[in-house]
Amino acid sequence: MRPHAGLRTTPRRRAKVEPSDRLKLAEALLGSDDLATCAQRALDWLGRTAGITRALCLVGDADSVTLLRPVATLGVRGRNVTAFTLDLEAHNDPLVAATIGFGASVFGTNGRPAPSTPLQGTRLVAVPLHGRHTLEEYPVGLLLVTPSDDDGETEARWVASLLGPRLTSLRAAARREEGERRILRERTLLYSIINAVTDPILLTDTEGRITVANARAEALLSAGEDESEGRRRAVALNNMLFSSALTRRAIEGAEPWRHELLLVDPVDGSDLLFELLSTVTVDPREGTGIVSILRNVTDLRRATQEIEENYRKLRLAETDARTERDRLDLIIDSVADPILVTDPNANIVMMNAPAERLFTADPDAGEEARRTVQANDAHFSSFVSNLFFEPGAMRRSGSIGLVDPRTGAPLPVEAISGKIVSEHGEVTAVVTILHDRTQELEREHLYEQLKRASSELEQKVREATAELTRQNELLRRSHFEIEQASAAKSQFLANMSHEFRTPLNAILGYTSMLLKGVTGDLTPHQRRNLERVDSNAHHLLAIINDILDISRIEAGKMPLTVSRFDLKDLVAEVLAEVEPIISRSRLAVTSEQAADVPPLKTDRQKVKQIVINFLTNAIKFTPQGSVEVRTEYVATRDEIAVVVADTGIGISPADRDRIFEDFRQADNSPTREYTGAGLGLAICRRLAGMLDGTITLDSEVGRGSTFTLLVPREVKRA
Amino acid sequence: MKQRRAQPALDANDPPTASKAVLVLIVDDFADNREMYSQFLEFSGFRVAEAQNGHEALEKAFALRPDLIVMDLSLPGLDGWEATRRLKADDRTRTTPVIALTGHALAGHSKGAMDAGCDAFITKPCLPERLLEEIKSMLKGRPDSPERGR
Repeated sequence: MRPHAGLRTTPRRRAKVEPSDRLKLAEALLGSDDLATCAQRALDWLGRTAGITRALCLVGDADSVTLLRPVATLGVRGRNVTAFTLDLEAHNDPLVAATIGFGASVFGTNGRPAPSTPLQGTRLVAVPLHGRHTLEEYPVGLLLVTPSDDDGETEARWVASLLGPRLTSLRAAARREEGERRILRERTLLYSIINAVTDPILLTDTEGRITVANARAEALLSAGEDESEGRRRAVALNNMLFSSALTRRAIEGAEPWRHELLLVDPVDGSDLLFELLSTVTVDPREGTGIVSILRNVTDLRRATQEIEENYRKLRLAETDARTERDRLDLIIDSVADPILVTDPNANIVMMNAPAERLFTADPDAGEEARRTVQANDAHFSSFVSNLFFEPGAMRRSGSIGLVDPRTGAPLPVEAISGKIVSEHGEVTAVVTILHDRTQELEREHLYEQLKRASSELEQKVREATAELTRQNELLRRSHFEIEQASAAKSQFLANMSHEFRTPLNAILGYTSMLLKGVTGDLTPHQRRNLERVDSNAHHLLAIINDILDISRIEAGKMPLTVSRFDLKDLVAEVLAEVEPIISRSRLAVTSEQAADVPPLKTDRQKVKQIVINFLTNAIKFTPQGSVEVRTEYVATRDEIAVVVADTGIGISPADRDRIFEDFRQADNSPTREYTGAGLGLAICRRLAGMLDGTITLDSEVGRGSTFTLLVPREVKRA
Repeated sequence: MKQRRAQPALDANDPPTASKAVLVLIVDDFADNREMYSQFLEFSGFRVAEAQNGHEALEKAFALRPDLIVMDLSLPGLDGWEATRRLKADDRTRTTPVIALTGHALAGHSKGAMDAGCDAFITKPCLPERLLEEIKSMLKGRPDSPERGR
């Protein structure tokens, strides 16, 4: 810039502008991308080269192309400059007209006054700044100069022709940049919105490849290399499920489409149910894509299921209630007794089938039946009303005389009414059940008859009982007499025994003395006869002793003398005592005693008596062969067995029981072969019984007999 | 009816110390039995005195001081049990052995006899030999026992 140029007060012809200066301006304009800088360089160039002292460049905003503001000044400054704007919408402004028009407008000559501008010159040239192609509706700006001569005006036009396209292009660039910034901002906003959405959102191509995905979608469908194996597999599975859903989607058409999709939560592996809402978008540039929104309906599904379940339960309950009610109806109807429900006004509100037969008349029933029904109703109402009028009573029962409308037969009934009381204590209804008393009355009648018959019977029974008592008393007396007789018999036998013994004692004594030669020697004949007397006297004594034993046992006078003893000793003793008989018999008598036989605790004398009896019997009834005495211990029953087995004549089965009877022998005929009173086994049986024992017999005729005494090791009785 | 028979060899008036032979007093109301035992015991070397009832038994026992008494229990008047009790209550006869003899075989008799003080009990019928055995067994150890003499 030349400092002196502006100081020139007089116009003068200046040197022609060199092409190099023009080139410099062009370079300067191209060298700056800034709108204001370009404009300022252009104005500076005008001041320097074209002698222009004051100039102003107005340019439209990037935002608002119709409002021009000063961007560069030459020779002017101050507030009035910065505040100066030009609104291109204001068409009546001469400057606006100059701006919109083509070519420069010159004011201050030819009667066109200069509009008010900060330049304040008499002559004002306004040159619109156009782009090269004037594609835009409005010019980019306006160049105002106050030229001192025509050259200045020419140079201003030339500068404008250079500045206009440059500014236009710069503003376009600025606007483009601004646009891109806005797009970026909007895009960022959009992404943040999408990411803020809690539902996964995706844009995919038709193959299911993800183009855009928000954070939620990425959490489900993408996993980095550093993620855990489980999570990567969950993501892979999700991708597969999602793609397959989308593939079906692609096949099914273009309508917006809902589909349920079950995915896996990569974080905890739980099932997530989504509703997949996808829409096909067709973009001219991007091609066909699918926008998918996944809505998590897991909870919703659960809630739905719960609702469904509740609904199902409700239906069930409803069905149950209906069934219950039907059943109740059925029950009430099936009750043979009439049941009626009445309201507080004694009107019948409900009744079962049996009640209907009494209280409703068929339309085609006769007049008689209708009257009967009315009468029944009146009786019933009166009965029920009475219950309503009794404030305290909850129940009432009584008899009502009804009539069967169908048959006209009287129907006495027992009515039982009960109040149904609401929560507030109000009587809401009365339930009455009627019970047919016809049968009951008949039964009562029958019962009366029965009672009469019964009392007659009772009288007879009483008489019979009295008779029986009398008979019993007689029986008791005769029993007592028999007992007395029995006792007398026993006493008699005891006495007899004594009376027998005293003379027998003398007979035996004297016989013994005679045989012993106390009174001198005897002839052999005398001795033989005396021995027969002695033998018979001994036999008689044995019989007397047996009789005495039986009578003592029967009279309960046989004492039990319990002691502890060894069976072995006892058997030896018996064998020693019986030795004279044994040696006379010439039989082989042996004894075999088990080693494990424990000591006995019972009545020794009685055991001994039994064994002696067994043994003497065996010897007596065994013509030849052997007799064996055995002892055994039956541990399982804690019993001792004494067995006497012989090879004698044996006892036939028919005789086996008889031999235990009193005065019995197997051969009881008068010509029997064996002597003896036949009391031995009968006594043994009784003695064994006293010891809680038993005697058993095993025998075969011609082969021998085996008698066994079984007694407890310890007798229980004291 | 019991019949009084001839007295035995030893008179009641004889002093008990007159002879060395053992004196047995037989008490029985049935004469046949009494005399049978007397005969046999005399035959066996004893001196024998007889009594036919309880009172007589006591009199003779106190008077003769027998070495042993054979007492039938069923006696008319004072019975054998009571006689024995009195004998055992008296200092003169307290130590004299008494053998009870009875035709009753019932248990009560035996026990009653022992309670009364009898030293042995024998049930009739009792052969003379059996009685002899019992008497010898009672007198065992005495120097004047006939057994020793034989």
